[in-house]
Amino acid sequence: MQIATREITAESLVKEALDKAEKYAEYNIFTYLDAEGALEKAKQIDAKIKNGEKVGKLAGVPFAIKDNFLAPMGKTTASSKILEPFKSPITATSVKKLEDEGAILIGRTNLDSFAHGSSTENSYFGPTLNSHDKTRVAGGSSGGSAVAVALDIVPFATGTDTGGSIRQPASFNGVYGFKPTYGTISRYGVVAMASSTDCIGFFAKSAEDIDLLMSIASGQDEKDMTTLPDYYNEEAVATESVSQSDSCTIGIIKDFDNEAVNLEVKAALNTKIAELKEKGHKIVELDMPTLKYALAVYYIVVPAEISSNLSRHDGIRYGYRNAEAKDLDEVYGKSRSDGFMPENKRRIMIGNFVLSSGFYDAYYLKAQQARTLIIKEYEKAFSECDFILTPVAPNPAFKLGEKVNDPVSMYLEDVMSVPINLAGLPGLAIPAGETKDGLPIGLQIIGPRRSDKKLLKFAAGMNTDVDTSMSTGVGADVNADANTNAGVDVSAKGEES
Amino acid sequence: MSKYEITIGIECHVQLATKTKLFSEVDNDARDKEPNTCVSPVDYALPGMLPRLNQEAIKLAIRAGKAMNAKINSYSRFDRKHYYYPDLPKGYQISQFYHPIIGEGFIVLPDGSKVRIEHAHMEEDAGKLNHYDTYSLVDLNRAGTPLIEIVSMPDIHSAKQAHDYCKELWRAMTYAGVTIGDLYNGNMRFDVNISLALPGAKELGKRAEIKNLNSFRSVERAVEYEYERQSKLLDKGEPVRQETRGWNDATGKTTFQRSKEEAQDYRYMPEPDIPPIRLSEEFINEELAQVPLLPQDYRNKFAGKIPEDILEVLLDYPQLMTKLQEVAEPAIKRVANWFASVLLAEEKSVEMLENLPSAKQLDDLADMTEKQELSSTGAKEVFLKFFDPQMGKKDAHTIAKELNVIQENDTGALEKIVDDVLADPACAQAVADFKAGSEKVIGFLVGQVMKASRGKANPGAAQKILREKLK
Repeated sequence: MQIATREITAESLVKEALDKAEKYAEYNIFTYLDAEGALEKAKQIDAKIKNGEKVGKLAGVPFAIKDNFLAPMGKTTASSKILEPFKSPITATSVKKLEDEGAILIGRTNLDSFAHGSSTENSYFGPTLNSHDKTRVAGGSSGGSAVAVALDIVPFATGTDTGGSIRQPASFNGVYGFKPTYGTISRYGVVAMASSTDCIGFFAKSAEDIDLLMSIASGQDEKDMTTLPDYYNEEAVATESVSQSDSCTIGIIKDFDNEAVNLEVKAALNTKIAELKEKGHKIVELDMPTLKYALAVYYIVVPAEISSNLSRHDGIRYGYRNAEAKDLDEVYGKSRSDGFMPENKRRIMIGNFVLSSGFYDAYYLKAQQARTLIIKEYEKAFSECDFILTPVAPNPAFKLGEKVNDPVSMYLEDVMSVPINLAGLPGLAIPAGETKDGLPIGLQIIGPRRSDKKLLKFAAGMNTDVDTSMSTGVGADVNADANTNAGVDVSAKGEES
Repeated sequence: MSKYEITIGIECHVQLATKTKLFSEVDNDARDKEPNTCVSPVDYALPGMLPRLNQEAIKLAIRAGKAMNAKINSYSRFDRKHYYYPDLPKGYQISQFYHPIIGEGFIVLPDGSKVRIEHAHMEEDAGKLNHYDTYSLVDLNRAGTPLIEIVSMPDIHSAKQAHDYCKELWRAMTYAGVTIGDLYNGNMRFDVNISLALPGAKELGKRAEIKNLNSFRSVERAVEYEYERQSKLLDKGEPVRQETRGWNDATGKTTFQRSKEEAQDYRYMPEPDIPPIRLSEEFINEELAQVPLLPQDYRNKFAGKIPEDILEVLLDYPQLMTKLQEVAEPAIKRVANWFASVLLAEEKSVEMLENLPSAKQLDDLADMTEKQELSSTGAKEVFLKFFDPQMGKKDAHTIAKELNVIQENDTGALEKIVDDVLADPACAQAVADFKAGSEKVIGFLVGQVMKASRGKANPGAAQKILREKLK
């Protein structure tokens, strides 16, 4: 991915990306393209290389950001009406780090409004189409970024994963999608959905590329108190130096093997299991009975945080304001009524309900307690295995319009992706073949907290004959999280309950 | 004798004297700033902005805990309190609902009574609205200013006690360096809950909450007014409603704002953007050790050395207490008197407080007065010169000399003056009167001696010599 030699120029790469973006316009991938700005930056990079100046690790590589990342380029809309006019003066920490390494931002990609959804159909700008079948959904909420990478418009794109919003569209489009350990990449400058599960991550064509992006974008950010101390790059040395082990233990979740899962998805999983066995990895079956509550927990905790985080969109200081509003109540009521999509409103209402006095204990508090049990169940699982392998979603990409009016069946698509968000674990969606109709199938590799680097190395090794990856004894290092900062513990531990 | 027993609980908001806001890096002191000039994207609640906890605020909260004799919780956490108002940019206030940083404590009032503190928590202040004819403007300079809210138990039973509690709390917070304590600028604001019941009643009456009082006097007056209002209702057999009321300082009345039924559901939720605060014992102790002496410490220290009524007056000025602590033991009482009756009586006392004389200057002045080298009037003159930009740095002796107020204690010189006065024909009548038994003319004669000595004579010594010579 690095442009090392001058055989190709940044300008030609960016031009190619912009041409493809235009060619695939009907997929409705981008909410904004900055051809002029991107070409200008590309020329600067080329000039630098020509002059022998130092350039970054991503010099000249075009990329796209999900349209919920703040950057002065265009408007940061979150694919919503209420933020349609919002021009950000600020650049998200993650975007800045990529740009500092010379990556060239070409545009913003479509999403479900405020990342609420699993299909990108909830976008104020209309749905993004699946890269393999234009009658099907792109997945979501980071659908635009997934399709941009799948159609080779850009080599990588950013996404956010609150309950599967990177992994699921990655699997629907046959690309890699990575959700890191909670707190690995700063959330500063990314429109919040659910603060305790939001993760910044990437779409790319290989685990190696994602590893490079992680080494750049990860790290503690003083502007985000929930970021972890920079373990990703420190661990790199350790990972390289441990003796190469040819075998590790992979857990399979028995509880996910049920009739709701598509047969071709099951077959893809079994094929991968067989491959892993052949390579000398050990397979264990995991009993994880608490995971069946994860979806219910998720749809209490996440809407609660959504209802809270969306409160700031009130039509007073920025964004859309209804022009006819006559008094304060109308400014709030009409601006928010017009500005939010039905799915946004649904989640705001659920959130307000579960937080309201008299219901808090029964819903929110209970959900947080169940969340703790889910975290513990994963900890136990990782005492028995190094990684867990599951499908990303029970089904491949569904038809446009098929589920958009049936929120519960839409939520059920998240059943396999949301548990790790509740536990703050890293998960990588990898392509695992296609259905007989040519729809991509994705599997996910899940690791313990902070095993991100090892996980990506393991995934990289899965696709080569020489397994260069694994070490033994990948234990959960929960205690290492406790750092003391002048007596004030500001370490990120995810949401505790 | 009052018919009803009054029960009062007070919530007090204290703005912390941090350099920057609770969750952003902009200036926390917006007193003389243009609207919306002390505002960061975090305070403005742009999308994607995250709070960054100011550690200085935590340190000041620990100090506040000590000043109210309270337990500091090693584990505390922030929560979100939701409501919509244009002065609240995020649509929620970051506060501490479930796990406050300060636990139970108490405040001792000057009369020795104790008011227990239920807890105190940290939170951010809101901005403010300026209302005009057809529109309102939002000023977010104050949004995000760190506060602690101190919640008392219902231990207060009179308007005077409510006044004293607020004042004592203000003293404690300013002494501990927690707040600038500028009441005029809203550094401390009081919400007062008031209920009445017949003596011996099993349950407290329904309470009214009077919001946003910003002076001790208004707290006292509001309680007095509420006692009248509520007792009239009860006398008529009408119910007192649980409601929030506002205070109008001009009319001296409280007015209805909203009823309990209109109270908001704040939908409290743990703040996911700020990890829990875990404080080590060392960290807490280190900060507690920074807290200077508190009002109660000074009361104990100066008991018997400074008259109580004077001490209570001086306690309003932490600088004076610090200075008194520096002066030598024998000087304390005199210096306290100068502070109370000279310094605080001056028109420019506010500036003078910022520019106090050194302990050495005060010690010398007290010493000279003790030795009668200065009259009380002379001492006062020297004391005031300590604040003079030209002379202020000089020692007490030099100033006294320059002012020519050192008393004549030399008997020989004094005897000569007395002789001159007695020989003066203008005094002949007085001398005759005295010899005839009129005691009061001695005053006139002493006055003449003082005049002849140009004020330097010690009047006591002069009188003694006069009496001897007139025998």
